[in-house]
Amino acid sequence: MRGWFARLASTLFVLSLLVAKAHGADTSSQIARGEYLARASDCEVCHTAPGGTPFAGGRPFKLPGIGTIYSTNLTPDRATGVGDYTDAQFARAVRRGVGRGWKHLYPVMPYTSYAYLSADDTAAIFAWLKTLRPVTATIPANDVGFPYNIRAAMIGWNLLYRPSAGRRDDPSRSAAWNQGRWLVEGPGHCAECHTPRNMLYAKSSSQPYAGGQAEEWDAYNISSDPESGIGGWSDESLFAYLHTGHADGHGTASGPMADVISHGVRYMTDEDVHAMITYLRTLPQQRTNVITDRVSPERLARIGTPTEGNGARLFAGACAGCHLTDGTGRQVPYATLWGARTVGLPGGRNLVQVILHGSALETSMGRIAMPQVGDEYSDRDIADIANYVIGHFGNRAGTVTPQAVQAALANGD
Amino acid sequence: MSVSRRTLLGGLGGLVLAVQMPPRRARATGTIVEDVTTPFSPNAFIRIDERGVVTFIMRNVEMGQGIYTGATLLMAEELDLDPETVQLEAAPPDVAYVDKDMGTQATGGSTSTMGEWVLLRKAAATARVLLVQAAATRWGVDPAACRTEAGVIHHDASGRAVGYGEVAAEAGRLPVPPDVSLRPPSAFRLIGRSHHRLDSPAKVHATAQFGIDARVDGMKFATVAACPVMGGTLVHVNEGAARAVSGVVDILRLPNAVCVVGSTTWAAQMGLKAAAPEWNAGENAHVDTALVYRQLHDGAAQPERGIVAQEKGDAHAAVAGAHRQYAATYQQPLLAHATMEPVNCTVHVTPDRCDIWVGTQVPLRARDSAARITGLAADQVHLHNMYIGGGFGRRLEHEYVEQAVQFARQVPYPLKIVWSREEDITLDRFRPAYVDQIAAGLSSHGNIVGVTHRIVGPAVVARWAPEGLMPNGMDGDLLAAAADVPYDFRASYLDFVRRETPGVVTAWWRGVGGTRGLFVMESFIDELAAVAGRDPIEFRRHHLKNDARAIGVLDLASDKANWSQPMPKGSGRGVAVQFLFGSYLATIMDVKVDDDGSVRVLRAVVAVDCGRLVNPDQVRSQIEGGLMFGIGAALFNEITLDHGRVQQRNFNRYRVLRMNEAPVIEVHLVESDADPGGIGETGTAAAAPALANALAAATGRRYRRLPLLGKQELDV
Amino acid sequence: MYDIQINGDVHSVDVPGDTPLLWVLRDVLGMTGTKFGCGIAQCGVCTVHLDGQPVRSCSLPVAAIGTHPVTTIEGIGSDALGQAVQKAWIDLDVVQCGYCQPGQIMSAVALLKTNPHPEDSDIDMAMSGNICRCGTYQRIRAAIRSAAGA
Ligand code: FES
Ligand code: FES
Repeated sequence: MRGWFARLASTLFVLSLLVAKAHGADTSSQIARGEYLARASDCEVCHTAPGGTPFAGGRPFKLPGIGTIYSTNLTPDRATGVGDYTDAQFARAVRRGVGRGWKHLYPVMPYTSYAYLSADDTAAIFAWLKTLRPVTATIPANDVGFPYNIRAAMIGWNLLYRPSAGRRDDPSRSAAWNQGRWLVEGPGHCAECHTPRNMLYAKSSSQPYAGGQAEEWDAYNISSDPESGIGGWSDESLFAYLHTGHADGHGTASGPMADVISHGVRYMTDEDVHAMITYLRTLPQQRTNVITDRVSPERLARIGTPTEGNGARLFAGACAGCHLTDGTGRQVPYATLWGARTVGLPGGRNLVQVILHGSALETSMGRIAMPQVGDEYSDRDIADIANYVIGHFGNRAGTVTPQAVQAALANGD
Repeated sequence: MSVSRRTLLGGLGGLVLAVQMPPRRARATGTIVEDVTTPFSPNAFIRIDERGVVTFIMRNVEMGQGIYTGATLLMAEELDLDPETVQLEAAPPDVAYVDKDMGTQATGGSTSTMGEWVLLRKAAATARVLLVQAAATRWGVDPAACRTEAGVIHHDASGRAVGYGEVAAEAGRLPVPPDVSLRPPSAFRLIGRSHHRLDSPAKVHATAQFGIDARVDGMKFATVAACPVMGGTLVHVNEGAARAVSGVVDILRLPNAVCVVGSTTWAAQMGLKAAAPEWNAGENAHVDTALVYRQLHDGAAQPERGIVAQEKGDAHAAVAGAHRQYAATYQQPLLAHATMEPVNCTVHVTPDRCDIWVGTQVPLRARDSAARITGLAADQVHLHNMYIGGGFGRRLEHEYVEQAVQFARQVPYPLKIVWSREEDITLDRFRPAYVDQIAAGLSSHGNIVGVTHRIVGPAVVARWAPEGLMPNGMDGDLLAAAADVPYDFRASYLDFVRRETPGVVTAWWRGVGGTRGLFVMESFIDELAAVAGRDPIEFRRHHLKNDARAIGVLDLASDKANWSQPMPKGSGRGVAVQFLFGSYLATIMDVKVDDDGSVRVLRAVVAVDCGRLVNPDQVRSQIEGGLMFGIGAALFNEITLDHGRVQQRNFNRYRVLRMNEAPVIEVHLVESDADPGGIGETGTAAAAPALANALAAATGRRYRRLPLLGKQELDV
Repeated sequence: MYDIQINGDVHSVDVPGDTPLLWVLRDVLGMTGTKFGCGIAQCGVCTVHLDGQPVRSCSLPVAAIGTHPVTTIEGIGSDALGQAVQKAWIDLDVVQCGYCQPGQIMSAVALLKTNPHPEDSDIDMAMSGNICRCGTYQRIRAAIRSAAGA
């Protein structure tokens, strides 16, 4: 094994030297491209601790049944960051999941997707990262249980689910489709969250994009199924959602998706976003039971404002100030609720997350944030608010229990 | 008058922001007008100019309690003026305005009306005597033959009349009489009748000037972050990032805080975010809520006596020998003030003067601190006291003024500092947490034969006014509703085990000792009634036997609330009776606990005997507001600490009662000719015990820990 | 540079687009009637009208305003409903410290615009986004009822 990787690595090393040389005259454009790719790859989201310096790492990832893994420091600090890495070492980590000193990275790092990046691409990203201010940030040691604490076990995992080599363009498809596929499957690593994972934490090959998990959040079905996927969305809606984090009638991105848009997608060119949509449209339909009712503001206005019940009262106090009781949002479009999948699913998993932890989206108008609802609301209160929202805005009977809220709180801390 | 003109003038000088308003319109916009050129200023409270413009100087600051209106009524009564025609000014810092009870110039402790009741009427009566004397001298008539009405002196026999302004200069030259007589209550035209608040129009039209509204030429906007752990220090500020934010002007530092100055508050806020200050948390980094409570419960368990504050008979023996013993432990949390107007202060320091625009309950202290910090003389510091958007005790602290002056002296321009709400809550000075242990013995008839009570917590007065500590080390504020009760216990014992709260500064909070003590006492009495199998009101009445005013309010409330009518299942009715701040209250609250466990406060009925009423509708208003404030705190609020940091940062985590949670409140006033008592804090004190007792009635279990909707197990 | 229409006048302000309207009003234009309380859309003291709808100015970036007209407490008295509400507030002595009241009045006027004769439960629901620390809720309810009857 070692020999194989070493050979590959040294080849890559030589290659990257050549690439660097070839592009040496043009570092500024290489750096610009690197920044764009780093955005498209959402490096910042994972490599920033909550409230910490961007790219300085330390964000914890709790993997159910596995343990807690911390992202690394990507700033060019020599001691604690990537300052001492070579291009080849960096490329190997990003594309192969093999860190320095032959440490096999855990598959939270989406190297199976990043394998789509070329050595050129990773060199550009690295060139840009090296322009950042070095931050000394010692990352906590990963806290994972057996057998995952044996990094060598990842070798076996990699044998099974090893990153595939970059796919060739499909000449029967348009350039946009091919570019979209590259973005979605590669740097965008959409499948990492939106495809279910199997017992060994690998992406399911039978149900691509049928919906998965992103930490404590549900990542929705984004296959082209018209009911449970995004097949029913217009191109305009998809574009607006990806580009701004919000589409009327579909709500506003929250949680990890808000991060992805805030730090990544919103920086992408219109052409690239359209290319992604072109590709997403062709994903095979995956019918799942994530089917919501489309409740229009007209209907909500007709129903009027319920005044009875704990959930309705709490909503009027803490939430309606921005969302309004018909869900049309009081001031910025981001506050609209109607049509959002999150308010339409009876289990309310993401809804509870938003209520408990709040959400924030970076937009061209600045940061649009929803504050968390606080400690002084009981688990029952939160469940009541969630069930009220699901009933009123989603036209479904919410099934959120105080126990579920308690569990979400416990996991979130 | 005890206050001489000289004392008043000694404290003024310098700035004259002469805002001359036409008469005949109530002036209460809250901006200070320091005009000492007025010909007639017989004392520190009244000025009349030659045009007849009457200005009353408000010794107590207006923070919602309606004192501007009350004080004006008192003076207008004796001076025969239409209150609407008077200009009002906030008093500058001056020893002339020191409140004897508070030991400094301070508004708090529900003392305003009590303190002003005689003082201000005498001030006005003195002025009237002088004005009448001046007119009588001019006309060559007997002053006794003159009368006054609506700012005019009449001599009916000759049909002559002259306005106050016209004789102001002459009156100003007359010697101030040593004493004057006051109008008998039978002759009151204003006192005792509801009068609209004089500050309403300005507040409704939003022309009222709060501290946060101060605008000074050349002013820049700033916001601050201090180390979130008390005692910690500033380690690093990302200056480059902060300066890169559009609109950021300056970054100022103190050993424990950073201030970002910008062209708008927003720019300053964004700059502060980018500055991402790093802290050395210091020695309080280990403090958490569990530690706070553990220390209190340890104090409760200590075998040695604490500071013995009351000993009547042998209470321990009485309890031990009683037919039945009963004991309970109560726990109360740290609380923030969370006034609607966040902490703010505007300061301009130049080489020879310092101007401060701020809402403060302690202007003298704030001024003297500013003088100390800037090295200026006290009379070079000019403090302009503004309307306060909610005090509740927060503005009895002035550390934020000190901080603002320390930052402002680093820059040449006027600096307006507005704390974020997060800063306002996390860097508040908190109502302390307490643990009370209380035991009683009951006779075979179910009567109380003795009570022993231990209070464990800090002595706020030891920091705020050390000279106020009693010789034995007792904080007298803690006696309220604990030793000073309307009940007649045959034997009682109270000791205090002092435990200062680690990691925070503790401070006064609306209702002070009364709010603290009443929750314990009135909850415990309720428990005793239940143990004795007696009706809570009958049980109270029995033990109140010597206090007719207490029984009076209890009976009135019980009657108005239909106490004897049974409540439906899942609902409960609770009562609390009190004598605090010189006023009696009985409060009955109805609650409903829904099947899903959510609690609704339906109604509160309050009977009040606060002595003579100055402005009855404002008494009602204070009871309503005080109750709402207390209900919210009792149901929801607790400040918790983790690694020395306060975890509640804004209203999303420090929950405030909202309108759809607010009960209907009925206030019934008792006519009385006793001297007026304080009222602003009484409703707040009543809320927690009445609610806890109502919840107990509804659910059948006792609520011994605040907040009531938190977990009920004590943190022993 | 943003041109915003406030109480009928157009004001040009030179601030970053993410600056919330609240701070444009208070700091740039000196219109301090609109207050700051929480900055996170939880308290309602910063309420103004945008197109007649009550909005939280602390959470409304100036870039999002466009040509929609803004009304603040300084301008609310220029129509009959605003006057009626302000008069009811004075007649019933609603205010205590008064700090929350500009926001309360803005929310109340907006409610009565869409619902001229609200039930108590409508009042409670519409006004529950506005916190009053002094606890003037009972009088706010009464004043809205009185203004609705007027
Ligand atoms: S300041 Fe805007 S809602 Fe509180
Ligand atoms: S009147 Fe003081 S906050 Fe409402």
